[in-house]
Amino acid sequence: MMSASDLIEFDLAAARDALRARSFSARELTEAYLGAIEALNPTLNAYITVTAEGARAQADAADAALAKGEHGALTGIPLAIKDLFCTTGVRTTAGSAILGNFVPPYESTVTAHLLRDGAVFLGKANMDEFAMGSSNMTSAFGAVTNPWSTPGGNARLVPGGSSGGSAAATAARLALGATATDTGGSIRQPASFCGIAGIKPTYGRCSRYGIVAFASSLDQAGPVARTVLDCAILLGSMAGHDPRDSTSADLEVPDFAAACRRGVKGLRIGVPREYRMDGMPAEIEAIWQQGLAWLREQGAEIVDVSLPHTKYGLATYYIVAPAEASSNLARYDGVRFGVRAEGGDLTDLYENTRASGFGAEVRRRILIGTYVLSSGYYDAYYLRAQKVRSLILKDFTDVFRDVDALVTPTAPSAAFAQGEKMDDPVKMYLNDIFTIPASMAGVPAMSVPAGLDPDGLPIGLQVIGKPFDEEMVLAVGAAIERAAGFTSLPAMRAGASLALPVGARA
Amino acid sequence: MALDPATIGRIARLARIRIEDWQAEQLGHELNSILGWIEQLNEVDIEGVKPLTGVAQMALPMREDAVTDGGLVEEVLANAPDRAGSFYAVPKVVE
Repeated sequence: MMSASDLIEFDLAAARDALRARSFSARELTEAYLGAIEALNPTLNAYITVTAEGARAQADAADAALAKGEHGALTGIPLAIKDLFCTTGVRTTAGSAILGNFVPPYESTVTAHLLRDGAVFLGKANMDEFAMGSSNMTSAFGAVTNPWSTPGGNARLVPGGSSGGSAAATAARLALGATATDTGGSIRQPASFCGIAGIKPTYGRCSRYGIVAFASSLDQAGPVARTVLDCAILLGSMAGHDPRDSTSADLEVPDFAAACRRGVKGLRIGVPREYRMDGMPAEIEAIWQQGLAWLREQGAEIVDVSLPHTKYGLATYYIVAPAEASSNLARYDGVRFGVRAEGGDLTDLYENTRASGFGAEVRRRILIGTYVLSSGYYDAYYLRAQKVRSLILKDFTDVFRDVDALVTPTAPSAAFAQGEKMDDPVKMYLNDIFTIPASMAGVPAMSVPAGLDPDGLPIGLQVIGKPFDEEMVLAVGAAIERAAGFTSLPAMRAGASLALPVGARA
Repeated sequence: MALDPATIGRIARLARIRIEDWQAEQLGHELNSILGWIEQLNEVDIEGVKPLTGVAQMALPMREDAVTDGGLVEEVLANAPDRAGSFYAVPKVVE
């Protein structure tokens, strides 16, 4: 029998093949991950809730199916689920105290698809409160620690956000992959910070039904995983039309995994000159140039292009997203679900509930959103932002007449220390400067680990594609992945010699 | 346009979030820094540009006007902080 450490070495695609070949059982694989969580989650805090008993039952069901030669796309694969996805009978907090006791009586469409395909859910992953943040520091359930650290450095680093728990769990091998969501970069920036792959598909590719809403015109689910192929496999299961989300695209789900093998020969790859920002760290620029060189060597043509409204993406986002959030989060009033704070009358009850239930960043964004939508300011802020958003979308539409995909850095830095950038909201927002334009335009984009900075921390490159052409994004991402040969791993991970002896449990 | 404490108070009331006087000053500082930074959008020429409300570039689908779900009183009320029979309960609104 293989040890738990051996089992954890299999990536998702390899584990899937081994399960089908009955090289090990789904139960053994799940126990290996539960052991890893028990050993490392107290330090990393990547999971808010661990569903060990449910996972064992799902694993046993997977083994029963495999024994009969039946399997779905993900039969027996242990995953972490971002705590933004409603899961029947399992507490779903959105990282907020106000949902600290919320147990959904229904399943999100994305998680229902994963269950349909035989996945095992290990638990609910930590995240920034209501997905508002770039560091996972705003979670009401505590910060997540990035499993990566600088050699000899004592500072605990952030995993990025908002899908910080999903990314940290995947990087530290406390799951084979995870669901995540991206509103302005919440899949891509944590993937970059944690040295893993993550894709935000086109708006409309995955149903939003049952995902706690933040900014409905931007929110989109996607996977994070160790490899581009693993992301493709997960996305193939998560995606698909859903009549319960009116913005869900009624399109066939392509064979995303096949796209990973396409190669980039003859493709035109755009390099938007506006992403070359003043003061960008030299190591980010160097890895970007390296990535472009790899693609050129594999037969792609690199083309200089312009997205002139790039610099306005962030400011536009910080009007549109808080405006939508202020409306979406109006439902948390202490009446129908969630935590109630009592008050003398109904208004007191609302105001006390929302004052004590929301954290500082969420309160700030609700107030900004309320202000920009309020009478007398709507045109100056919200309407103007929606018009600038049109121009940002037009930038992408224009440039995609000429190129097949764009390649940029994912984030302007590697992971930073917990507690940094907390004193100035704008400084924190700048983390998302390269990811937000694709969110505003609704186009698919992914982050692929491309190298290490001089401190030994991972840096990702971003691939952006045309609407509903995730296959192109995955093809280019896989080409970068092949050339990068990124095999570095974080010091803190399950199966590593310095980790606790999880092998004892197998 | 900088927000004064009175405006902060008005926005907080609209948002139904209680804030104390000491918080209004800190919040004013934070919100003004965000709004000041957002002012850069004023330099964009938006003459004749249509607002973009969403990026799902498709017509909203129609469906038959029929009940597809329901009869789930216990499930719906399962998370209620307070209930009275089949209803949510709140403090008395009308004397």
